[in-house]
Amino acid sequence: MTMSEEVRLEPILAEFPDAARDALIPILQRVQEAEGYLSEVAIARIGRHLNLPASKVFGVATFYNQFRFLPKGKYHVMICRGTACHVKGSVKLLDVLTRTLKVRPGQTSRDGLFSLEVVACMGACGLAPAMSVNGEVYAKMTPKRIEKVVAECRAKEQA
Amino acid sequence: MLNVEVNDRTIAAKPGETILEVSRRAGFQIPTLCHLEGLSPTGACRICVVEVENAAGLLPACSYPVQDGMKIKTHSAKAVEARRTIVQLLLSNHPDDCLYCSRSGNCDLQQLARDLNVDRRLYRGARSSYPLDVSGAALVRDPGKCILCGKCVRVCEEIQTVAAIDFLHRGSKAVIGTAFDRGLNTSSCVNCGQCVIACPTGALSERSNVQDVLSALADPTKTVVVQHAPAVSVTLAEEFGAKPGRDLDGEMVAALRLMGFARVFDTSFAADLTIMEEASELAHRVATGGTLPMLTSCSPGWIKFVETFYPEFIPNLSTCKSPQQMMGAVIKSFWAERNGLDPRNIVSVSIMPCTAKKFERSRAEMAHDFVPDVDYVLTTREAAQLIRTAGIDILGLQPESADTPFGERSGAGKIFGASGGVMEAAVRTANFLLTGSELSELDIQPLRGLHGAKELRARIGDLEVSAAVVSGLGNARALLDAVKAGQKQLHFIEVMTCPGGCINGGGQPFHTDPMALKARMRALYSIDRSESLRTSHANLSVKRLYDEFLGRPLGERSHHLLHTHYQQRDVLI
Repeated sequence: MTMSEEVRLEPILAEFPDAARDALIPILQRVQEAEGYLSEVAIARIGRHLNLPASKVFGVATFYNQFRFLPKGKYHVMICRGTACHVKGSVKLLDVLTRTLKVRPGQTSRDGLFSLEVVACMGACGLAPAMSVNGEVYAKMTPKRIEKVVAECRAKEQA
Repeated sequence: MLNVEVNDRTIAAKPGETILEVSRRAGFQIPTLCHLEGLSPTGACRICVVEVENAAGLLPACSYPVQDGMKIKTHSAKAVEARRTIVQLLLSNHPDDCLYCSRSGNCDLQQLARDLNVDRRLYRGARSSYPLDVSGAALVRDPGKCILCGKCVRVCEEIQTVAAIDFLHRGSKAVIGTAFDRGLNTSSCVNCGQCVIACPTGALSERSNVQDVLSALADPTKTVVVQHAPAVSVTLAEEFGAKPGRDLDGEMVAALRLMGFARVFDTSFAADLTIMEEASELAHRVATGGTLPMLTSCSPGWIKFVETFYPEFIPNLSTCKSPQQMMGAVIKSFWAERNGLDPRNIVSVSIMPCTAKKFERSRAEMAHDFVPDVDYVLTTREAAQLIRTAGIDILGLQPESADTPFGERSGAGKIFGASGGVMEAAVRTANFLLTGSELSELDIQPLRGLHGAKELRARIGDLEVSAAVVSGLGNARALLDAVKAGQKQLHFIEVMTCPGGCINGGGQPFHTDPMALKARMRALYSIDRSESLRTSHANLSVKRLYDEFLGRPLGERSHHLLHTHYQQRDVLI
């Protein structure tokens, strides 16, 4: 696994020959695009490519919300915390999600099934409060409906 | 030349000088938190803001260059009130547990709060809470006490080029941490403790062993012995309010005895022993075509640095243990045997100017039959704490001498505490070993002083020796890169992890300024000059130890007890 990831990273890094520290964010974006997240192996390897310490690469990556450090779950849940959704009670929904999925934002459940991400606005304010699972948007969510959507995902896995 | 007015006094200033530099020269103390002498300013904390006539707002003194005709008020009502607000805001997200904090009485934030008449918690709101990082063998991180000044990050990255820590996350979630926010133990941290010295609060500290040592002293089944490093006796006095550079060697020995240590040994004795082994090892490498340049191995932060960042240089490292570990090994072998003691019932304590020594003692190679050679390492600061706990007025004690058989030391062993000292001691002895005669002038001036990099070319017998001395790991990195690139042909390199050597170690008293550092260094060299015994090979106690126990330098017993090996470190770099 580790070896193959290092190998997979090589062509991406080759797109940035003789790169300096200003290439860090584009490289992080390309690696996340390809791998779905930034692993420890990737961060250490990118650091070596740019001659930057791993602490610095990790520090820069954690500054931005767009980077994640765990692989996405099979069902990637995004909950909107934008203004409209906030007014419609998305705090409560986030709390329900955290408890039902047993993960915090940015984390992935141990079985690899669910990952949770908080986004600032989905651009679906008319559907507030909104949530999405693997890109499919769910409108006017309630705690009950969240539990139903999660249960459906679980049922699909059992079948 | 520019003319600047500071608090109505006209001061001449050079272009490029900051408001802070000019004001300090004029005698006005502007407080700082994030400012680090010698490094580029960041202006992160804003505590140094001053009022400047016709400026739009208050200006940060640490980063703002003076201009001709500038009129500065360093302590105007507006500036002082702004500083007070900054401290109050910092305190709004800071624990109120000063009573239990290791930095109480020594904390820049606490001092500022007092100076600025902050008498209550003004702002209340959400407080961040973070777990302690107690994973490191030497250092403890408490991000809850961190004010995000970034000094530790800059020292670690810019001076030591280790960069084990950096700012993580953003805004109210910003925190200083290691890569992947894991413990220090899996990071590239070399335990040098320069971050602890830089930290204005209690967010970084050494892992304290004061209670452990007190318990050992109270245990009648244990024989507790102590050794103290060369750089401790010239700094300990500062912890008790005396001037930097005052030597408390004899008083410290007396105090340690009063506390109940069965024997007080001098690590400088082991430094002499180190020189015998190291000089022999160098001569052997030169004669047999061994790996050169040989790198000194006394400084455990440096050792871990090589293991982590330059594993290809591991064969260059001298296999000699550090003086602390040599002393530890002979205490629990030769001395235990002589006194009919089971090594398991000996508690061996060492007082060091260093935090990395705590890590060094915990290395698996530094134990025999699962009994560690050194049980507890106390920093100079912890030793002072121990003396205070015991209620001893150290400055008023009559000086006493260290115990035999490991109490006699040469001036050469004593100057181990300053950058260049190990090399000077080694050259004195190497000259004797190779030519059979003493150097006509024992003081080797090119090796002295606080410069980060020094070089020496000397003729010893038939041999033209090139040596280099560096302190601060950034300087060490530059030198290793030059050696790797083939730009430097050297026989011997002395490296000390901390800038200036052990006198500026991570375990030394807080608030060390360049003047204090110079005073400590002068103290070491004046002790050496006043000593009748000034070379390691003339130390009769060392000679006796070889005759009665060790055999000869690099011999079988020495190899077993006094030498070690190193390993590449698998950590995130």
